[in-house]
Amino acid sequence: MCGIAGYLELKEAKRPDHQLIGKMVSSIQHRGPDEFGAYFDNYCSMGHARLSIIDLTSGSQPLSNENANLWIVYNGEIFNYKELRIELEQAGHQFRTQSDTEVIIHAFEQWGEDCLNRFNGQFSFAIYNRESHEMFLVSDRLGIRPLYFALQNDRLYFASEIKAIFSDPTIPREIDLQGLDQTFTWWTTAPPKTIFNNIQELEAGHCLLVKNGEIRNRKYWSLNYPEEFDRNRSGDSWAEELHELLVDSVRLRLRADVPVGAYLSGGLDSSATTALIKNFTNTPVETFSIAFHDKAYDESEYQIQMAEFLGTNHHQIKCSYLDIAENFPKAIWHTERPILRTAPTPLMMLSGLVRKHNFKVVLTGEGSDEILGGYDIFKETLIRKFWARNPESKWRPLLLKKLYPTMPLSVARAKFYLETFYKAGLSKTDEFYFSHIPRINTTSKIKDYFTDDVKKALKDINSIEAFGNNLPDNFYHWHHLLRAQYIEAKSLLSGYILSSQGDRMCSANSVEGRFPFLDHRLVEFAAAIPPIYKIHGLNEKFTLKKAMQKELPPEITRRVKQPYMAPDSNSFVQPDSPAYLQKVLSEKRISNDGIFKADFVSKLKDKCQRLSHAHLSFKDNMSYIGILSTQLLIDKFINNFPDIKPKDKSNFKIWIDYSAK
Amino acid sequence: MDTRTELREFIVDNFMMGMNPEDLSDNGSLLELGIIDSTGVLELIGFLEEKYSIQVEDSDLIPDNLDSLDNLVNYLNNKNQ
Repeated sequence: MCGIAGYLELKEAKRPDHQLIGKMVSSIQHRGPDEFGAYFDNYCSMGHARLSIIDLTSGSQPLSNENANLWIVYNGEIFNYKELRIELEQAGHQFRTQSDTEVIIHAFEQWGEDCLNRFNGQFSFAIYNRESHEMFLVSDRLGIRPLYFALQNDRLYFASEIKAIFSDPTIPREIDLQGLDQTFTWWTTAPPKTIFNNIQELEAGHCLLVKNGEIRNRKYWSLNYPEEFDRNRSGDSWAEELHELLVDSVRLRLRADVPVGAYLSGGLDSSATTALIKNFTNTPVETFSIAFHDKAYDESEYQIQMAEFLGTNHHQIKCSYLDIAENFPKAIWHTERPILRTAPTPLMMLSGLVRKHNFKVVLTGEGSDEILGGYDIFKETLIRKFWARNPESKWRPLLLKKLYPTMPLSVARAKFYLETFYKAGLSKTDEFYFSHIPRINTTSKIKDYFTDDVKKALKDINSIEAFGNNLPDNFYHWHHLLRAQYIEAKSLLSGYILSSQGDRMCSANSVEGRFPFLDHRLVEFAAAIPPIYKIHGLNEKFTLKKAMQKELPPEITRRVKQPYMAPDSNSFVQPDSPAYLQKVLSEKRISNDGIFKADFVSKLKDKCQRLSHAHLSFKDNMSYIGILSTQLLIDKFINNFPDIKPKDKSNFKIWIDYSAK
Repeated sequence: MDTRTELREFIVDNFMMGMNPEDLSDNGSLLELGIIDSTGVLELIGFLEEKYSIQVEDSDLIPDNLDSLDNLVNYLNNKNQ
């Protein structure tokens, strides 16, 4: 993990703004506190904040090729850099360092933009050509590492985080209401849109080429699914190959010149990655997990069981309501967008624990649910599709009860409750968003709290369509499960799981997350697994369970999946709640900010308080967290954006200045 | 306060933050209007049991009893007979 930031003059040569680069780097130094570097000429100024992981001594950035006409700033990892280096050396390239950064530069020289197809990793970078003043900006296939950009002042600004772009006080800071509406529909905006006007996000699997003041945005990779499947191949055979790929993916992701730890959630995915580290590498395993004081969310029983089973050195952090409330504003400073649940916050505390134990890198199980069919939303989709063929059926919806066997309700009560929820949209099986209708409906209730002005501004906006553009040509020929997987990966995975819950919560404490399930070879392989081997009956991640059955205890593989969640509104209505809540949720502030109706928000606050010991609905919880996080976002990024103290030349290890004086 | 007014007040205060109270007609479906969702049903049942000292049986959990103000008022009347 590192941070990159900079700008390119689009019209004419100008004196570089050294101080601005000093500010931009300063604003994202949590991403890379180990050393700083900068490059300047009369067109391009860029900075780098480094988290040193590979080639600690000579891997500093910005870095150039042999004749110093290409310069790179880069955040992330190319895990197959050793193999690529051999190939590039054979082609005559000379290397000065042992870093993966240098491999990118030479790969770009050798293969041009096609080099992206050869990289196995998680990365965002900018390569600048000093002679032609062209710039090449890249985000990895799945959007593990972020990249934002903005066109202002005849410049293209870019950065790993939006706050670096806002370090230039001339950039307007305003909420994009359409972005807000998308967030309150899908939990994320659809790139390039972000929650802020004028700030764009480089979409996963895309690259920008900036040349002669013109910008070309190109897709170089996309998730794709087959229309037909290999029917002759057995379940065992799929499981064997999955296991092989997973072992290789884990091995590659242990490449580092610093120790690597692992998260252990108590679920199948992180248990699998940790077991593979243990069984197929010589790496001593240190594991980290979150426990909760509130038993409803706590999985420590399984975490400890797994740590003991594998004999890892285990570390745990125990999270209270107050911990969540106190850390939430800092989490929003890092997510840089509204969120609908508090779940990222404990993950930020967890990366803090990792850092405290002097680890900079952790492997996690992220991505498995999306690519191998783990989420309840996929099972719901299958049931709803089956039910939709006979909407009046009395017994088809009974399958829903099987999804929630632990629900503490009588059969009749649960049936009523589930039916009413999932019956929504049964007539819309042909819509691209069919799978997501229950989630969209629940989330969209927050929009009822918008002020009349906001509602008016959004009256012709249909945010459901945000992820319906640019669908692959054969999308409607795919099985319903695969459509659901595609939409989930495009929306929740890139925009929430890997961003708000992933990159941002790790980088807040200068920790890098690595995700063995998101090796693109594995993602492409998983896409070819027939739906019936992903969810067998209603047994989710069937092939993964099969692949891992010899290495995991049955208590873990047979366990009913528990989605990772943290206490939501309950965290904020305790007697010792922090004082900032009074401020950011005061009627006066809410009225002044103009997004939500203050009297409605007060009613919601009262209800959350009143029902703090009972079961509050998902809808009310999401509304509360969505409103609170939006108000905090406005507070931190619009009303009170900090005056960032710039780093000066003496703070930079690398300082290259080619500008004409 | 009559039962209908009490019920209306409870529903408006608990489920209609951000919605126009006039959207709640006497015979409109609470589910279809998006006023009550799945967990909302549990809150409503909790309220009925506490406020009117009744026991909502599993067999009572059908839209004919719970899904509109009219239905709720009828249900409570039958229950108290």
